[in-house]
Amino acid sequence: MKTLKPIILSLALIMLSCGDSEKTEQHSDTAEIPVSREMIAELTSPPNVPTPVGRRKAKKLIVNMEILEEEGELTDGVKYVYWTFGGSVPGSFIRTRVGDEVEFTLSNHPDNKLPHNIDLHAVSGPGGGAESSFVAPGHEKTFSFKTLNPGLYVYHCATAPVGMHIANGMYGLILVEPEGGLPQVDKEYYIMQGDFYTKGKNGERGLQPFDMQKAVDENADYVVFNGSVGALTGDNAITAKVGETVRLYVGNGGPNLVSSFHVIGEIFDKVHVEGGDLINENVQTTLIPAGGAAIVEFKVDVPGTFILVDHSIFRAFNKGALGMLKVEGEEQKKIYSGEIREGIYLPEGPGIQNMPTTNEIVESEIPAKSFEEQMEFGKQIYMQTCFACHQAEGQGIPNAFPPLANSDYLNADVDRAIGVVVNGLSGEITVNGEKYNSVMTKQMISSDDVANVLTYVYNSWGNSKKVVTKKMVDDVKKK
Amino acid sequence: MKTKVFSLLLLCLMVQSLMIGQTKDMVLIEGSRYIPLYGRDSTVVEVNDFKMDIYPVTTAEYIEFVEKYPKWSKSKVISLFADESYLVNWKTDLKVKDSMSTKRPITYVSWFAAKAYCECQNKRLPTVDEWEYVAMADETTKDARVKPEYNQQILAWYEAPRTEENSIGKTKKNAWGVYDLHGLVWEWTLDFNSVLITGESRKDVDKDSNLFCGSAAVNATDLMNYAAFMRYAIRGSLKARYSMKNLGFRCVQDIKEQQ
Repeated sequence: MKTLKPIILSLALIMLSCGDSEKTEQHSDTAEIPVSREMIAELTSPPNVPTPVGRRKAKKLIVNMEILEEEGELTDGVKYVYWTFGGSVPGSFIRTRVGDEVEFTLSNHPDNKLPHNIDLHAVSGPGGGAESSFVAPGHEKTFSFKTLNPGLYVYHCATAPVGMHIANGMYGLILVEPEGGLPQVDKEYYIMQGDFYTKGKNGERGLQPFDMQKAVDENADYVVFNGSVGALTGDNAITAKVGETVRLYVGNGGPNLVSSFHVIGEIFDKVHVEGGDLINENVQTTLIPAGGAAIVEFKVDVPGTFILVDHSIFRAFNKGALGMLKVEGEEQKKIYSGEIREGIYLPEGPGIQNMPTTNEIVESEIPAKSFEEQMEFGKQIYMQTCFACHQAEGQGIPNAFPPLANSDYLNADVDRAIGVVVNGLSGEITVNGEKYNSVMTKQMISSDDVANVLTYVYNSWGNSKKVVTKKMVDDVKKK
Repeated sequence: MKTKVFSLLLLCLMVQSLMIGQTKDMVLIEGSRYIPLYGRDSTVVEVNDFKMDIYPVTTAEYIEFVEKYPKWSKSKVISLFADESYLVNWKTDLKVKDSMSTKRPITYVSWFAAKAYCECQNKRLPTVDEWEYVAMADETTKDARVKPEYNQQILAWYEAPRTEENSIGKTKKNAWGVYDLHGLVWEWTLDFNSVLITGESRKDVDKDSNLFCGSAAVNATDLMNYAAFMRYAIRGSLKARYSMKNLGFRCVQDIKEQQ
């Protein structure tokens, strides 16, 4: 027995070294990579990723994924019913290596209303597994596939109506590492962009249903990272320390939009273009197609908050496609100084700058077509321009601004009234027996507007019911 | 085993012949021609006159059925005819959980069980075409498919959780006088599995299978398709022995059966 032990030990060592030599051996046909032993896959919800595969051998990898239809928050006060892989948007991150035999079980929760399936872009087979995984609520389906090509792949639901299932959040990423694994980095994160379409406008509160029409029109209300506005900001920001290398696994679930992924204040040292083998270096913005992905790597040199955006910039600042990477550590003044000094810059001398003004009056684009419209437009002008002095009911303000209601001065002479509006008036006048001495400025409004507002005044508050036309106004202007 | 099943079926048939076809709580549906989401042989489908249950079958009614036909009780049901989920929310063979209202629509029943229930009442399950024909109606119109609010109501149900716990008859009565076709539970149909949605639903539109009068995906001008699409998708994902939490049924009857 005693003599046996070392023999077994050395045998084991020899077997191990055989295993080691196999790890380094590159298989030309990945379909032939042998698998040994089973392993339950570690699945993570965003922004986290599972442990790197490192130098492990190909295994039979058990992936169990549950589909949940559940209400969540798209942004503050806006609720949305998400359909999810594993309870998060994007769905759980799956990490494999080339040659793994993945045994995939898709479970559709009994509380769900709808059937679902999964199409993994990493699968070589019909529908990417969709036809083998179509599953009714309260059931599960299992299928298995071999990972033949390294890369970062999107998975998504492909049950009709396909667009709606994706729009509701049914997408995620599956990574297939090359033999021997990807090079080590300090920090890895999982980010996925998606566009959302709601019945209400961006920010409209309450439970918002999905809007098929907007989705078909590709008119997104929200464009977000990781399923909701603010999923990667504030306390949810991803973090790193100065000097660390960061690798982001970035996907785009769509359903419609293409992402121009950019980190403000950083340059990607390395990009696995479209998640494949092609490496591009020193990249500012990388394009990620809908249903595609990219791996970006960069070293963070200085502390601060770095903003992740879709550089179709209104999506970032108005629709939610904005995340944060907070970097802590020592200032690196050699690389970035911060503000050094502030001074005054006056290229045009120290004179007072005026906004350029124009004496041209824009003519109203839609002339009134009837007396009713004249009244309607006239009231609008009155409320914008005259109401402050002459008051809502034309009563004016005693000792300051004359009344327009029952006004003898107004009703006596229509051309004079037009002239007052067009040219202004100053000096003493008597209205309804009261003396007024103030200034009315020249009104910068079009002839149409003058006609409308005077028609409104003449046909309100007991005045003489005159109708003023554009021609009457133009005639007064020509005098 | 086989003979046992056969004799039970025979018994059921004998009892059925003794029973008078019940028409309580049924309404007449006047048949017509219409274009469903899927045409099968031709795009226009003809539906004959028939009667339909106003409400889905309730839990109380199903308890009576199981009392009468113990072979459909949860302990005795043959696994060929119902999967493990059959009546999974019942406490015993004849009792539901105390917290459960018996006014709920019966769910967790297989297609075989639903079919037997209807047949033992001298009725049958509706065909997909019959069911869809009646379900086109809203409260006022017999074909409301073009109305946006009709579709919105259907779609809102997809986002409402645990509706199977509601009592029957709480939704609005449609133009035929039928309740709960939308907004409560999915319902079994006689030929649920004849529709061509396979697991790979994107491939279906390439087949020459009369989908959408040829082959096109859901188009933007016809949101009706997209609300209805989900019903076809759920039907396509079912097998006859499945019993599901939010899947119930109701029965229909041919006019000639009522003499």
